[in-house]
Amino acid sequence: MNIQEILFYVFSGLMILCGFMVVTGRNPVSCALSLVLAFFFMAGLFVLLEAYFLAAIQVLVYAGAVMVLFLFIIMLLDIKAQKHATKNWFNRFAGILISLVFMLLFFTMVKSDSFGHSVPKQSLQGTTEVVGTRLYTEFLIPFEVTSILLLAAVLGVVLLSKRDLK
Amino acid sequence: MIPLSHYLLVSGMLFTLGLAGVIVRRNALVIYMSLELMLNSSTLALVAFSKFNNNLNAQVFVFFIITVAAAEVAVGLAIVVALYRHRRTTNVDEMNTLKN
Repeated sequence: MNIQEILFYVFSGLMILCGFMVVTGRNPVSCALSLVLAFFFMAGLFVLLEAYFLAAIQVLVYAGAVMVLFLFIIMLLDIKAQKHATKNWFNRFAGILISLVFMLLFFTMVKSDSFGHSVPKQSLQGTTEVVGTRLYTEFLIPFEVTSILLLAAVLGVVLLSKRDLK
Repeated sequence: MIPLSHYLLVSGMLFTLGLAGVIVRRNALVIYMSLELMLNSSTLALVAFSKFNNNLNAQVFVFFIITVAAAEVAVGLAIVVALYRHRRTTNVDEMNTLKN
């Protein structure tokens, strides 16, 4: 067992643990903090997959911007931790049942298919240079459309947060 | 070398956790966090496929997914804040009417 495999199992195990804590945690702040940790472990998995640019973006955008936004909103709304467990047993039962069925489907799909043990022939490194070149040549139009999407999001957020809409 | 199926299994487990969170939890903010988990697990599957198929396009696609997720979180949280102003709650069970 080499260092890569050990790191893979450590990162993925801790990531799933953090995801579990997001789903089960009572306090929204602790949920958000476990989510940050899960995003960091995901960035570690990206590094193991040699997608270095995406690992950096993951830390910058998700663990930086998105989580600060989440924590800021939690502080702004002053949400208290849930005092008592929700009594909605139907929802809980349905959620666990659907996840079990989904997991079973996923296991059978991964087990049965032929891509199970394929190994990359030559190494592909997702460095900033390679991804950036692809982004600015082949995917230039989607990249520009993304800026329009971001502009629309900014306008939408400003409109939604205005106190009195005319 | 770790086989592709291991990455896919991790991605699937994380997606399932997020799905369970969306269904079980009643706090709108935690539902958003579970949605983020699901989006993130899909990016893990895409990056793993990109690595094992020697194709860089999936990584560019993940870049766009991250951008869209950031925009989506901003708009979604603005909606949560607007709802909180009207109802003084973030519990989705109490937001069950369109009027008043």
